[in-house]
Amino acid sequence: MIRRRSGNQCGRRRERLFSNACLVPSIIGVLIFFIIPFIIVVYYSTINNAISKEYVGTENYSKLMDNMAFKTAAKNTAIFTGIAVPLATVLSLMLAVLLERRIPGKSLVRTFFLSPLMVPTASVVLVWQVLFHNHGTVNQIVEMFGGEPVDWLKTSKGQVVIILMFLWKNMGYNMILYMSALCSIPKDIIEVADLEGASTFYKFVHIKLRYLSPTILFVFILSLINSFKIFREVYLLTGNYPAKLYMLQHFMNNTFQSLDYQKLSAAAVLFSLVMIVVIAVLLIAESFFGKDVEN
Amino acid sequence: MKKEKYRPIDIAIAVFVFLCAVLFILPTVLTIANSFMTSKEISANYGAMFNNMSGEENVFISKDVNLKFIPDKVTISQYKSVLILNSDYLMKFWNSVILTVPITLFQLMLAVVTSYGFARYPGKIKSIIFFAYIILMLMPYQVTLVPNYLVADHFGMLETSEKLIFKGAAAPLNVFCMMWSRRAVLLPSIFSPFSIFLLTKVMRRIPISYVEAAKLDGAGEFQIMTKIYLPLCKSALVSIGMLVFIDYWNMVEQPLVLMKNSEMHPLSVFLSQVNTGDVGLAFAVGVVYMIPTILMFLYGEDYLVEGITYAGGIKG
Repeated sequence: MIRRRSGNQCGRRRERLFSNACLVPSIIGVLIFFIIPFIIVVYYSTINNAISKEYVGTENYSKLMDNMAFKTAAKNTAIFTGIAVPLATVLSLMLAVLLERRIPGKSLVRTFFLSPLMVPTASVVLVWQVLFHNHGTVNQIVEMFGGEPVDWLKTSKGQVVIILMFLWKNMGYNMILYMSALCSIPKDIIEVADLEGASTFYKFVHIKLRYLSPTILFVFILSLINSFKIFREVYLLTGNYPAKLYMLQHFMNNTFQSLDYQKLSAAAVLFSLVMIVVIAVLLIAESFFGKDVEN
Repeated sequence: MKKEKYRPIDIAIAVFVFLCAVLFILPTVLTIANSFMTSKEISANYGAMFNNMSGEENVFISKDVNLKFIPDKVTISQYKSVLILNSDYLMKFWNSVILTVPITLFQLMLAVVTSYGFARYPGKIKSIIFFAYIILMLMPYQVTLVPNYLVADHFGMLETSEKLIFKGAAAPLNVFCMMWSRRAVLLPSIFSPFSIFLLTKVMRRIPISYVEAAKLDGAGEFQIMTKIYLPLCKSALVSIGMLVFIDYWNMVEQPLVLMKNSEMHPLSVFLSQVNTGDVGLAFAVGVVYMIPTILMFLYGEDYLVEGITYAGGIKG
């Protein structure tokens, strides 16, 4: 990446001081509410209990790793995130490309796709329950075509339901991000490609995808953030201890309720470490792919 | 350019996309349609979902859970009980407003100042801090709730009650009392780095030539922030504000964990705890709860599209 040296040369000391001072309120808040307590969380994860406060090293972590609930939760979360986030990234890109064509009723369609953002989570969960209940609509349709009804919410098929819910909720916004990125691709490059007789496919892969790569990454990150929020829907659909849909967030929630600080802290620290690795990989990917399109 | 006719392939794609779009809006339409049903009809249709449906006698409960679009009898009785007969829901609605509006406003104000700090005179230390913010932003709230809880507990913010100290003409100032009693949720949410992340990326794209021109005209740093950066970020601010508002309008866990006093819980918490008794009401409450977000969309959908245009990539 080309480092922008904007203003570095002409910046006088006092003016820089002002821009640094602008960061102070936020940094103080973040320190008080997130960083310092997080350091305490790390400390909690290395002691045996809050009263005797003996240092036990990584014992809490190894206990956590042996915990069945934690393992199931980690596995289910990994499966869900591993499928849902790439799907949300790719499918919404496809939608955006389709909508790039000159088709009638575009803005209405756009509003429809954005509508899931407006609906409060909890009230729409009722509708999902109706759809995927044992005797619900989806099973009625399945039976109509002679299929076996499926217990959607209590078997491992539940992953399908929450992935659908996740896509439903997030694809519209992702699509908008792609649409505006598609619009900002310089027209002259496409025109030159047209003159040279490039195929639609070639144009898509070699020009558009190149220019979209920062947006793709951005959508991926947003989807990743939102994938952790889907817990609310899962919880509302299935309750505290779903047999097949026990997610990492359930684990955190239930541990929270029992106030087992050691377990909770170890899980939080572990989760953060995984996230830092994921973000580092994404950043490397960005500087790798985004190099040639930035200016 | 002459007006072309749509090509057949475009029509085919339009039909396909439109069908998908209808699937997307279906749950919303269903929620609205169901809110006009009588509670009897709702228990008849959805009773099977709740095994111990009781209350009204001689209600036929279908074995199947039926999805219905058009109520047998359109009624506004559900709305009547939500809005008029019982003031609980309006109170909870107000609880949602007094949490979400300050969070959105203050988070945006803080974001303008902080993003300006990140975007002007970038340097090594700033980019390290920004990276820390990205990691923090990506943490699911189940993780950040742990530190938040520790802080709230330490400062005794968990158990608060509302004390309204202003009377008479000064009564509107009680809003601040209400905000103060909700500080356990408000403060960490205001310092959440999500909008700083988005806004910094938008501000970094502002051409330095604008700033230099302003400097030649004798503008100071503060004026550059308020007169150049702020207006150029207007649509981004609106769209980020919408996202933040929607996010906190729907929050359930933070109030549940950080506010012991359930009288101050927002309506979203009630909606998430709907059970047997009030399914009928739930749809109507859901629709009432949708109104602010729908209004916001009507006003701001174009901003949402326009404002986010520049936000791509992580580093920006």
